[in-house]
Amino acid sequence: MTSALLDVQHLTKAYAARKVVDDVSFSVMRGQTLGLLGPNGAGKSTTVSMICGLLQPDQGKVLLDGQTMGAGNNAVKFKIGLVPQDLALYEDLSARENLKLFGALYGLSGSKLQQRCDAVLDLVNLLDRAGDKPSTFSGGMKRRLNIAAALLHDPELLILDEPTVGVDPQSRNAIFDSLDVLKSQGRTLIYTSHYMEEVERLADHIVIIDHGKVIANETPADLYRRLPAKAALKLDLLTAIAEVDVAALSILPGVDSVHMSDQGKHLDVALTEHEVAVSLLNWLAKAGYKTGHFATAKTNLEAVFLTLTGRSLRD
Amino acid sequence: MTALIALIRKDLILFLADRRALLLNLVMPILLGAFFGFVTGGKDTKDAAKIEIAVISQDNHVISQKIVKGLKDEPTLLVKELQLEEAKALVLKGKLNMAVLIPEKFGEHAGGALFGSKEKPELAIFYDPSQTAVLAMVKGMLTQQVMQSVSAEMFNGKSGSNFVDQTLQDLEKVDKNNKEAGELHDFLGSLKKFQLSQQTAKGAGAASASATAENANAGNANAGLSMPFVTRDQAMTAGDPTANKYNGYAHSFAGMSVQFILFMAIDAGIGVLMARRLGLWNRLLAAPVGLNTVLIARALSCALIACFLMCLIFLVAVLVFKVHIAGSLPGFIAVVISFSLMTASFGLLIAAFGKTPEAARGISVFATLIMVMLSGAWMPSFMFPQWLQTATLAVPTRWAVDGLDAMTWRGLGLDAALPAVGVQLAFAAVFGVIALWRFRKN
Repeated sequence: MTSALLDVQHLTKAYAARKVVDDVSFSVMRGQTLGLLGPNGAGKSTTVSMICGLLQPDQGKVLLDGQTMGAGNNAVKFKIGLVPQDLALYEDLSARENLKLFGALYGLSGSKLQQRCDAVLDLVNLLDRAGDKPSTFSGGMKRRLNIAAALLHDPELLILDEPTVGVDPQSRNAIFDSLDVLKSQGRTLIYTSHYMEEVERLADHIVIIDHGKVIANETPADLYRRLPAKAALKLDLLTAIAEVDVAALSILPGVDSVHMSDQGKHLDVALTEHEVAVSLLNWLAKAGYKTGHFATAKTNLEAVFLTLTGRSLRD
Repeated sequence: MTALIALIRKDLILFLADRRALLLNLVMPILLGAFFGFVTGGKDTKDAAKIEIAVISQDNHVISQKIVKGLKDEPTLLVKELQLEEAKALVLKGKLNMAVLIPEKFGEHAGGALFGSKEKPELAIFYDPSQTAVLAMVKGMLTQQVMQSVSAEMFNGKSGSNFVDQTLQDLEKVDKNNKEAGELHDFLGSLKKFQLSQQTAKGAGAASASATAENANAGNANAGLSMPFVTRDQAMTAGDPTANKYNGYAHSFAGMSVQFILFMAIDAGIGVLMARRLGLWNRLLAAPVGLNTVLIARALSCALIACFLMCLIFLVAVLVFKVHIAGSLPGFIAVVISFSLMTASFGLLIAAFGKTPEAARGISVFATLIMVMLSGAWMPSFMFPQWLQTATLAVPTRWAVDGLDAMTWRGLGLDAALPAVGVQLAFAAVFGVIALWRFRKN
């Protein structure tokens, strides 16, 4: 049985009278990738700061491999690699000089430091740009170097705080490729984001935080099981639908709910099964309604968050 | 130790990579030090600025000619002979400090006025009202020249002899019972005898006249009334006064290096605030090094840069501007090190209390300029009111400049450096403790 590498117990942090983190608890197993999901301002970064020892919690504690994270406990810090949300790099030092500095902070020196610099630069595909300054890099390259700097000392736990902010899709894929390699190596990861699709792609376990509180702490499968609907159908009608027909649609087998908008010319239909969409379209055609554009989608974490909070992740 | 060295190394690389900062912190103090040193006298008194005056002489009398010549010979004056209107226009524009008008028949009337028998002639002085101190100095020199020229001519010159003859003839016609006229007659009679004896001596000595006679005349025959004393001016520096001459560049380089190194400390403090803004601070503190190590590294790198800059600036001062470290070299090094540590902790203080880089820069530049001004780097501190001179003892830069002065042109020993070193180290400790407390509180 895998044991917990990180155990976060009842963390609470308040600024003035406002609690930004309120009794947050979760665990991360060895080799697991935990997705920490929540809208901006939910308390994710504050939680990460307390895990890394940058902030002292008002209440609660952080145990890493059984040791308490606290002021002056440097032994625990050796086990964590932090990829900050900001591009925490010295623009006037070369990529290699940046890595040598951050490696030295973890006690690395000499040939060992040199080897680790080469290894992490290779991992993030920046070995050929080692001598260049980050000021000459694209946003995505800087993000990759930001990750490399956290991996130099080979930490047991890598915490990535919104590592894809401001990068283009191509660079985002390059970052995910690097993270996939780390996952395959059995590295334990915490990935915070407000992009549900990123967390969905990477996470084995998801913690959703809203207003400083944990509102879900489950595997993705368990989260989806909470949803009555598994798919959605969105369609435009050329003529407005009658309310009586909306009521008739709602009781069709496999239809969970029907939401009408645009004066009856647009429908959002929640379906218990993806295949129900076909029979629903047939029913509309038989009833004499001509359909315009339509699309089906699998339900995602956005819907989970909506179900849990009544708000969109990006509200 | 690896982390500490790496952090210091990083700061040094970043400092050297920033060409603009290097230019500001190294070239500017040298340029400004050279400029202020030059205008305040440079390395030799001959470089000192002279007082520019105009003389408008409307009188051809020998006394007036002697006055003009005497003023031209004054080493602290630069005398131009101009027309009245031109001279007045230049004073009005601030191009001349003042103009002296010697009116027609001044020499003749001044000779008579010496014995109170005629009305006193007037010397008109047109001066720049912003130069009242200069007015007093020039009036003093003018008084000396007029008294010497008039009395020399009246006791030894031809016009003096004629004046005495004429006055004695006039007195012969006055009532014999007039007591004052009788006393003046007796005095002028004695003066006439003195003039005759001087003329006889002149004639006898003419054949053997030499340079030494000229020197003697300066004190006897050709001199009239003269100042009853001479001054012996000696610049007070420790050691051999002929070797340890005052060098204005020494003080100006001390002041400017202190100013620009403090600017460098501001940049160091702002660098910490920028690191916070960019997330670098969190990355450093997430590492197993602790806040103390990060702060000590920042302070040490700042102190090293300050030492490097100070040494380089004074190296230029020594090689190019002939500044001598005439005092104790260990004392000089101690002052530089203590100032560097004070500077480093000042930078930490800015980082600790600054909320944003922009706001911190504004307030800290203002504070630095005030400190430098109070240190006497811009203007001599003796020009301050007494209470302010006392108050500046609470300003660390005053001790830095005084310490550097003591070890350079004053030529004092190590013991004279110790107060400056001690006070600066005390300031460094106080600033450091306050900064650390603030960082921990944050």
